[in-house]
Amino acid sequence: MSLIFNHVSYEYDSNSSVKSYALKDINLTIEDGGFYGLIGHTGSGKSTLVQHMNGLLHPTSGEVYYDGADIADKDYDLRALRSKVGLVFQYPEHQLFEATVFEDVCFGPKNMGLSKNEAELRAFTALEQVGMPHDLFYSSPFDLSGGQKRRAAIAGVLAMKPKILVLDEPTAGLDPKGRDDILDQISRLHEEENMSIVLVSHSMEDVANYVDRILVMNRGELVYNDVPKAVFAHIHELEGMGLAAPQVTYIMNKLRDDGFNVGLGATTIDEACDNIMKALGR
Amino acid sequence: MLRDITLGQYYQTDSILHRLDPRVKLIGTFAFIVGLFLANNVAGYLVAAFFLVSMIKLSNVPVKFMLKGMKAIAFLIVITVVFNTFMTPGEVLIQVWKLKVTKEGLIMAAKLALRLSFLIIGSSIMTLTTTPNQLTDAIESVMGPLKRLHVPVHEVAMMMSIALRFIPILMEETDKIMKAQEARGASFDSGNLIDKTKALIPLLVPLFISAFRRANDLAMAMEARCYRGGDSRTKMKPLIYRRRDVMGYGVLISFLACIIVTRVLF
Repeated sequence: MSLIFNHVSYEYDSNSSVKSYALKDINLTIEDGGFYGLIGHTGSGKSTLVQHMNGLLHPTSGEVYYDGADIADKDYDLRALRSKVGLVFQYPEHQLFEATVFEDVCFGPKNMGLSKNEAELRAFTALEQVGMPHDLFYSSPFDLSGGQKRRAAIAGVLAMKPKILVLDEPTAGLDPKGRDDILDQISRLHEEENMSIVLVSHSMEDVANYVDRILVMNRGELVYNDVPKAVFAHIHELEGMGLAAPQVTYIMNKLRDDGFNVGLGATTIDEACDNIMKALGR
Repeated sequence: MLRDITLGQYYQTDSILHRLDPRVKLIGTFAFIVGLFLANNVAGYLVAAFFLVSMIKLSNVPVKFMLKGMKAIAFLIVITVVFNTFMTPGEVLIQVWKLKVTKEGLIMAAKLALRLSFLIIGSSIMTLTTTPNQLTDAIESVMGPLKRLHVPVHEVAMMMSIALRFIPILMEETDKIMKAQEARGASFDSGNLIDKTKALIPLLVPLFISAFRRANDLAMAMEARCYRGGDSRTKMKPLIYRRRDVMGYGVLISFLACIIVTRVLF
């Protein structure tokens, strides 16, 4: 059930004289049960890439395969694909429209043609999965706080029971606690439901703490596709692309430069702790 | 699809028309329209055509780009021609069943088609060479005398420029919301008319909410910078007439004079 990108390029405005590629020759496989972090500077093509994952955009050249079928085929059922590859846009709370949170979450399952009972059951489960308090289920989505709106919107996609969940900057504009809550819940979905996750983010900390593979985009190209340690080893190249490594990586480098013999390559605080303890001989 | 409409779009380039004071262009467009309706014979139309072709040349806007905008109103012109050809009473040239093609009808149809296309090309030259902000400045300045009659001229102009400014933003927003709802399995182009109308609710509700939110934010930002309407407000780039603008008015007056001459003489 994997999602495969085969030499995918996407060109904006192909009839204008200046060719501008939003995506250039992307080769990528999203494996079942993987947790991917997609990072890149603003305008690097991250959002364009994720819109190819559920067929909102089709490549100018190259193919995207889901489960062995080319999703750009004329008779391909895009609606079915969109329930299997759930895409949560940036600021998803801006898409809420129903009178109650519960009805809004039902929108996706109803579009899939499910019965009313099934749709409501799914909506209920999805809202529980994102940790929405029960007493808010039937309140207007516009009365909720920012973080809760975001949860409701994510539940709207979860209710379709996707196999792959793609989230475009799910933590943008949230406070640190809201951010951690959302990321923890996503991580739980990954573990408990064995959902593949693609997490688009600016924040290296978010990505380093959760994902098991990092994809780095720069100017429409996929530059790195590797485990976090290997990607953050390219600290200078990342900075050249306007990105950064997690702050602990910098601290460890700084400690090393100042003559403290710690092992490099820590990307999370726990790893950094271990390395420091080791260097102290404890 | 929406991008194909060049009517009312600005074309970025440099030309004498782009540099001209927007008031000259605004008044010029009105003068041209008045001239078109004054013209009542071949000579008059020739004068107008000559004027229009010279303006297109001066504007440095590719003719192809300009004609692309005409596509949108081609339908309107066709309807006008058809109705006038068949509905005008007069000397019958051809008759098929109850449909009569008259000589007067043909002349009328040709006249109206010409007038309409000239009118649209003429006004699109103005919008192609004038940024929306310049245009609202011009409107504010030209309507200035109405202030004495307590018409809120500045406010109207400000509303116009805000509205124009928000068109691209709301278009982008529409695109984003459509995609977000499509990702949840919504479909905007299938089913019958009722289904299609119903499908618009998930698009329109968030769009309205976002428009209100943006309006609110903008009002707040304006107030934070002490905006309080048009009284004693100065401009960063005040409109000042230069020599070329005076010459522009000269050209306009001669154009109108020529049209009147053709009306009297022929």
